[in-house]
Amino acid sequence: MSNAVSALQARVAPGEVTIREDGLRGMIILRGDLGSKKLRNVCKAVTGVAVSAQGQADVTGDNGLCWMSPDELLVLVPYAEVAQALAAIDKALSGEHYLAENVSDARALIHVEGVFAREVIAKLAPVDLHPDSFKPGDFRRTRLAQAAAAFWMRDEDTFEVICFRSVAEYVFGLLAQSAEEGPVGYFAKL
Amino acid sequence: MSTRLADQGKLINRSKSLDFTFNGKQLRGYEGDTLASALLANDQMLVGRSFKYHRPRGVVASGAEEPNGLVNMGQGGTFEPNQRVTTTPLFAGLSATSQNHWPSLEFDVGAINKHLSRFLPAGFYYKMFMYPRPFWKHVYEPFIRQSAGLGKAPKDRDADTYEHFNVHVDVLIVGGGIAGLAAALAAGERGARVLLLEQTAHWGGRAVVDRPEIDGQPADEWIKNTLQSLEKMSNVEMRLRAMGAGVYDHGYALAYERLTDHAPDMDGPRHRLWRIRAKQIVTATGAIERPLSFAGNDIPGVLLAAAVRDYAVNFGVSIGDRTVVVTNNDDAYRTALILKKAGLDVPAIIDARPDPEGPLIDEARTLGIRVEAGTGIAKVKGGKRVTGIAICAQAGEGAVLEEIACDCVAMSGGWSPVVHLWSHCGGKLMWDTEQAMFRPDPERPPTGAQGEANVITAGIANGHLFTTEAVGDGWAAGRAAAKAAGHTKRGGQAPLGADAEEGPIAPVWLMPQGASQALRSKAWLDFQNDVKVSDVQLAAQEGFESVEHAKRYTTLGMATDQGKLSNINGLAILSKSLNADIPDVGTTTFRPPYTPISLGAIAGDARGPLFQPVRQTPMSGWHNDNGADNEPVGQWRRPYAYIRDGESVHDAVNREVKNTRENLGLLDASTLGKLIVKGPDAGKFLDMMYTNMMSTLPVGKCRYGLMCSENGFLMDDGVVVRMSEDTWLCHTTTGGAESIHAHMEDWLQCEWWDWKVYVANVTEQYAQIAVVGPNARRLLQKLGGMDVSAEALPFMQWADGKIGECDARVFRISFSGELSYEIAVPAGQGRAFWDALMAAGEEFGIMPYGTECLHILRAEKGFIMIGDETDGTVIPQDLNLQWALSKKKEDYLGKRAHTRSHMADPNRWKLVGLETLDGSVLPDGTYAIADGTNKNGQRNTQGRVTSTYYSANLGRGIAMGLVHNGPDRMGDVIKFNKVDGDTVDAKIVDPVFYDKEGEKQNV
Repeated sequence: MSNAVSALQARVAPGEVTIREDGLRGMIILRGDLGSKKLRNVCKAVTGVAVSAQGQADVTGDNGLCWMSPDELLVLVPYAEVAQALAAIDKALSGEHYLAENVSDARALIHVEGVFAREVIAKLAPVDLHPDSFKPGDFRRTRLAQAAAAFWMRDEDTFEVICFRSVAEYVFGLLAQSAEEGPVGYFAKL
Repeated sequence: MSTRLADQGKLINRSKSLDFTFNGKQLRGYEGDTLASALLANDQMLVGRSFKYHRPRGVVASGAEEPNGLVNMGQGGTFEPNQRVTTTPLFAGLSATSQNHWPSLEFDVGAINKHLSRFLPAGFYYKMFMYPRPFWKHVYEPFIRQSAGLGKAPKDRDADTYEHFNVHVDVLIVGGGIAGLAAALAAGERGARVLLLEQTAHWGGRAVVDRPEIDGQPADEWIKNTLQSLEKMSNVEMRLRAMGAGVYDHGYALAYERLTDHAPDMDGPRHRLWRIRAKQIVTATGAIERPLSFAGNDIPGVLLAAAVRDYAVNFGVSIGDRTVVVTNNDDAYRTALILKKAGLDVPAIIDARPDPEGPLIDEARTLGIRVEAGTGIAKVKGGKRVTGIAICAQAGEGAVLEEIACDCVAMSGGWSPVVHLWSHCGGKLMWDTEQAMFRPDPERPPTGAQGEANVITAGIANGHLFTTEAVGDGWAAGRAAAKAAGHTKRGGQAPLGADAEEGPIAPVWLMPQGASQALRSKAWLDFQNDVKVSDVQLAAQEGFESVEHAKRYTTLGMATDQGKLSNINGLAILSKSLNADIPDVGTTTFRPPYTPISLGAIAGDARGPLFQPVRQTPMSGWHNDNGADNEPVGQWRRPYAYIRDGESVHDAVNREVKNTRENLGLLDASTLGKLIVKGPDAGKFLDMMYTNMMSTLPVGKCRYGLMCSENGFLMDDGVVVRMSEDTWLCHTTTGGAESIHAHMEDWLQCEWWDWKVYVANVTEQYAQIAVVGPNARRLLQKLGGMDVSAEALPFMQWADGKIGECDARVFRISFSGELSYEIAVPAGQGRAFWDALMAAGEEFGIMPYGTECLHILRAEKGFIMIGDETDGTVIPQDLNLQWALSKKKEDYLGKRAHTRSHMADPNRWKLVGLETLDGSVLPDGTYAIADGTNKNGQRNTQGRVTSTYYSANLGRGIAMGLVHNGPDRMGDVIKFNKVDGDTVDAKIVDPVFYDKEGEKQNV
């Protein structure tokens, strides 16, 4: 697997808000009964964090869980550990009705960091990003302009954006363009 | 002449002059001017020509309602037509040119139309150009194209940038006049998240000019204090130069912020489109003054009364030395007072009311202004500029009593609340007889998703024309909106306004009321589109009773100003002609945007490389570096062929076709959809989705499957793979990946919600590469890693393992009829895998091939293609695919539909192969002709071509098509149309042209 590369190979667009492709990340789509004890336990065992509430993500380092829908989680692990994590999930949930698939290569992960990161995203996504409404740890499945995307807030100045690999170039371009156009001065009076 | 006054001008900075040009003429204005005020300060009254008669047109208003002052702005990449001079801020170096004239603004050949106006009455488009027929194409259309149209279309790419911005607020307030400010204050104090928008560059609206008292302070003081309070509220955002453009369903609104129009050298986007989700919307949009309809009311120098005082007070510009005010209400007296106090002459106030009384009238009389009650203007004298007026009795037919010399006429027919935003999403209006205007009906507001009222109108826009009520109404609206949005904190008291008491308005729709035909045909309603009182009356006579019909017949209100000045006057004339009440005639529909917004703002980022997402496979970069001639397939770009030096596209396709059959080809098949279907009920589910049986497919095997819609039409196909006991992998077409995923989820979520099945779209997880040709196995064996021999991996089976360094899932499937492996590797390894195949394949004659080669190879084998052989009307039986329709299954999607009489009709056209007798390639989509003609006199047909190619392997054209009774007519020769009108003979043959026994794929 040493020959695996991410969609944009860690491309960076530096600026007041910096856009950076984050490289390879292990991602597993997990569908099942989110109330199941077995499922919650194995998620915790694999990622070290508890199953998120609706609209939330809990991410520490390369590990984390994101709430995708009432029966779907996105499991984040280091890229090299996906097979191991899948095996653990399959073992734990054997006999239950669930689906776990590796989607690490189907996605791109883009890091948006800077003082007006909120506004860079708000130019593209029809989401309430007011600081009272969207806080670190919040997660949304939505769109950026014309492409499907999801994002969560890591801290006040940082968003992590996930999009499909095939549109990584487009989404990176959008974010870079948004950042280059500068702040709106709405969420943070600069 | 119009000129700059020595003093006055609240909005201009006389210490900073700005140079600009109009039609190449060097002119000078001040910082804070609009282009309109700067032009007027330079005595440039004439700004354009009207649309139809090319009449001289001057500025008539001072704001967004201006119909006449439209100019071309800028050059090259910043060129933009139809820019309104009254809302265009002046900046240094501005360059504008007038529109719709030829050869020059001062002398216009098209103005001859006015002498032809007898021949260009209402509906002339419909009457004049009908006969004789050939005249349209050769005479009328070229003439109209030359003479009609306002600005020119830009020729260069827009040099500026634009962006969108999404916000969610509790209360959106449109309009930053006193009502809007009071609303913001009330809502802000209560803790609501407020966005306050003002379309101009200044807060306070008309109050800044008319200076009523609020809370005992002059209005401008109150505005300043209120702004200071609002600025301290972190929950209130205020934006100037931001117009509320439209209100849509469920509290969605658009605003148009003009960031750099006043300072084009500033960095950042030029316009920003705000996409707002508001719990409550307050429209505090003010009112627009109405013109009066008298003969010659379109002559430059006739302006709205409030505009005349706006230019004096805000910009220190006088329109003329001698201004006659003509009115049916008290408000216009303010214009006379302001002008008189500025030292200008007001020879008379022509008041249509017989007995005007009130403090404003008294004040005018005290200042020595002559007030002529019960009179009207018989006509305005002058051509390109007002030189005087003739007055008459308003009650009469226009007999001239007296002529008065003047160079400006300030007219006021009363005020119409700006109800546009209220009306955009369903708010209804009511007619206020006393004030002679439509106003929002609070009982019938626009409603949100729950049926709740979600727009509140406030202040003058709500029909409260006087400060006393307007400011308090704004405050109450803000409080109510905040409450409806869930904010009930206590706040301060409502502000109290006071202004001079005004007497009643007298509705005047025509001046004089009995004006003769000659006068009516010079009394303009729509200045931009040249619609006169006589045109609307003619439309009514000719039976256009609906206001919407009359609008389209006369073009009233159809210009870029959308009838802001003309609509109410026009429908009053119409109602009078129909002998109906105004509210019974009703208004035309108010549609967003309020005034035109730039296409750039609507597009936002969607331009250049970001125009739309272009999907790329992990190998797209390689393709583009190696001569790929791409074609769009959905949002993907797939190589059509790889062009080598000196080759045409056709040469490249032929080379790829031969090489794949003779040596080795490589296809990037990553775009094909890949859906994982898993669960205890997955087999049952797939048996419903596909026409053939999938539940019985053994683990490790592949099966070609067909999918029909519930109406029986073929919608997708692909290879289904049994991964494990409870897991299947369904390949879809490239275009079907998302739609079939959605189709499956639809059935699972809405119909079979209790079936235990999960679906996941893993299309992009894998780079999928087809290794095709006689040397395919040799190449994979050279790379090593897993056993791909015929024994270990027979046709229609799959295996997991490694090929070379890469993690591979290998499917023995073939869409070409050749020995073929489709190999899926994780997308991250895709490029490395492709490179490894290309390097190792050199000795086997490897060449990548594109989608056209793929098509030809499958057509040589008679394989159907979704989208070519199918078009949404084709069922599997048409394509002789009965073998794939399971007879064992009780049900599957489409099964019942196939039993309908039309589906079971033996006369349906069926798939056959077609070979031209001369070996040529049949035109794509061409029809086979049959004897006779149908009832429309068209030639009968008996079939059509669905796929047609040149086959380099066979050295001739091959095609597939659907033909009446086709499979029973093997060997028959039928005629197909050619593009040049001739026909070509083609023989009906078996659709499998190549390797009929299928030996090559099964080795």
